Amino acid sequence: MSNGTGLDPQQPIVVRNLTKKFGDFVAVDNVSFAVNAGEVFGWLGPNGAGKTTTIRMLLGLLHPTSGSTHVLGLNSATQTKAMHAIVGYMSQQFTLYNDLTAAENIRFYGMVYGLSNRDLRQRQAEIIQMAGLEGREKALTSTLSGGWKQRLALGCAIVHRPKVVFLDEPTAGVDPISRRDFWTLIYAMAKEGVTVLVTTHYMDEAELCQRIGFISQGRLVALDRPGRLKQTQMRGDVLELNVSNPDLAMRILKAAQQSGQLPLDEVALYGAQIHAVVPSAEAYKEVLRALLSTAGIEVRSLERIAPTLEDVFISAVNAPA
Amino acid sequence: MPKSLRRLAALIRKEVTQLLRDRRGLAYMLGLPLLQLFLYAYAVNTSVYHIPTAIVDQSRDRKSREFVQALVNSQYFNATLQLENGAEVMTAIDKGQVRAGVIIPPHFAADTDRGSATVLMMLDGSDSASVSSGYSAAALVAQSYASHLATEQVQRKGIRTSALAGASALPITTSTRVLYNPDMIDIWFLLPGLAGLILQTLAVQQAALIIVRERELGTIEQILITPTRPLELVLSKMIPLLALCLLTMGVVVGIGVFWFGVPFQGSFFLYFWLTLLFIASSLGLGLLFSNRARTQKQAQQQALLTMMFGLLLGGMIYPRSAMPAIPRFIGDLLPMTYFVRASRTIFTKGVGLRFVWTDMLALAIYTVVVVLLAARNFKKRLD
Repeated sequence: MSNGTGLDPQQPIVVRNLTKKFGDFVAVDNVSFAVNAGEVFGWLGPNGAGKTTTIRMLLGLLHPTSGSTHVLGLNSATQTKAMHAIVGYMSQQFTLYNDLTAAENIRFYGMVYGLSNRDLRQRQAEIIQMAGLEGREKALTSTLSGGWKQRLALGCAIVHRPKVVFLDEPTAGVDPISRRDFWTLIYAMAKEGVTVLVTTHYMDEAELCQRIGFISQGRLVALDRPGRLKQTQMRGDVLELNVSNPDLAMRILKAAQQSGQLPLDEVALYGAQIHAVVPSAEAYKEVLRALLSTAGIEVRSLERIAPTLEDVFISAVNAPA
Repeated sequence: MPKSLRRLAALIRKEVTQLLRDRRGLAYMLGLPLLQLFLYAYAVNTSVYHIPTAIVDQSRDRKSREFVQALVNSQYFNATLQLENGAEVMTAIDKGQVRAGVIIPPHFAADTDRGSATVLMMLDGSDSASVSSGYSAAALVAQSYASHLATEQVQRKGIRTSALAGASALPITTSTRVLYNPDMIDIWFLLPGLAGLILQTLAVQQAALIIVRERELGTIEQILITPTRPLELVLSKMIPLLALCLLTMGVVVGIGVFWFGVPFQGSFFLYFWLTLLFIASSLGLGLLFSNRARTQKQAQQQALLTMMFGLLLGGMIYPRSAMPAIPRFIGDLLPMTYFVRASRTIFTKGVGLRFVWTDMLALAIYTVVVVLLAARNFKKRLD
């Protein structure tokens, strides 16, 4: 086992030179990273970047074209059975049985994972409490609302107290309060030493991760703590513009970007504000102001701001490979 | 091992809960076989009764009149026209006035006394049901009439009946049908095979849908990352359906016996085991389809194809002995083929294990092979 990537085999999740091809399409391209014990690791990237494919290879549901993944020291592709007994997984789709009750779903997965009756009773009570489902144990899962479903799915995924948990977009489509509750649960698990790999499209959630891996078109483009990423990954400065006519201003800036008139890395609308990424704030502040004023747009404010994770994300995704 | 059994128990319990909770699906699974049974039993009647028939009686004696009366009494023929010769009968059939003609030649009485009477039967070949019904009915009447005559003749001469009864029987070709089903009641003949078609359709269809359904819902992905083994999963899908299909079989046979009055001649115990093997093999075949199908629609299509092959090649309606090698081979791949043969043997003939053990053994081997194949083909992976 070569360790050329400098990854510590003791770490609970180790990915080495992982590549997955579907025909000519390279879904995951030579990706290497490792996750520390008890870490909440954010696995980020746009749709189709290879996030789920990576997780499925980690779980042994797909075989890598080359490279390897190890979870808790077990090779995902060859020691799948042993690995499955000690990891948990919540997939992108809701995968519990809608025609079973909440309690039946928990019991089912508990028994499948080989829990004793006594253990199962205890876990069932814990999970019902964790998911806030007291009094709804006998409700059909289909009748539960989004937040409850997600928490129940998490409960079923960790019924056997796994050491490593994979969560694939666990909070997609649930309300902000449910999302907040869900992250409280994730942190509670991490506190008990569980390693969590989680994917999300919500940048506020990404900020909550201890470390982040960015994947774009199958390639790992950034890997660090959120705070560090904002410092290191941003090529250029972010200017925030407050203008009288944001739609027109966007069109003008986009045109200037495309024609090469302005070296804008990125122009994006954030509500009523525009974020423009320029090589240097000092050099381009006045250029932008002049351009927009000429078009009759009133520039109310134009400030350099600290990049958000979303700016970093977009910058990383758009960076030339 | 106990862990494996515990997983199996959990999986089976889950399947049963889901099956019982899906009232609509359950009603469909129990209702469809009954619908099929009644449709086939009542609508698909290959016997045609009261065929309008032209009579040409050139013999004009007591015996010829008796013969005509016997034809009418058989319920298969209505003597609607009295004509003079064969040409007139042809015209009447051409015009559609009648669909059959009976021509009794002169000297019919004398010929029957000699034991070699010939009656010409003309049948409308454009209506195959009338032809086959009319032909077999007339042949049967002719046989019973002739043997009746023979018996009468023997008694008049004062010779002991029993000694000559066999000899007096004309060169009669007795078919199985006549042996076990003297009145040729269609449902008697149909039911043992029909039960096979109905149950194979149900079992293959339900089994074909059951794994692919979880694949479509995405729930399979969650199961795949548990320690569940493929064989456990396959068995857990199979066992509840097996119970349900056995129940359905009980209802179908029960209706056949008590509603349609089909006599059950053989051993219930033996029939139960035959059915069990048959249903298990059909479910296994369905599960094999389910593994290969990507969508429920694909699985449904494969199930439909199996039903069509079963209907045409399984021996329920069309005799397999008349089939060319390739269709017969396709029939050999269906559990139904073995069941239909053995089912008739037990149900209608009432004979025992000695005559059906080969079919039962074939079904047992079939079951083991398809279940293992289904488990083997069931990949614990998604690619």
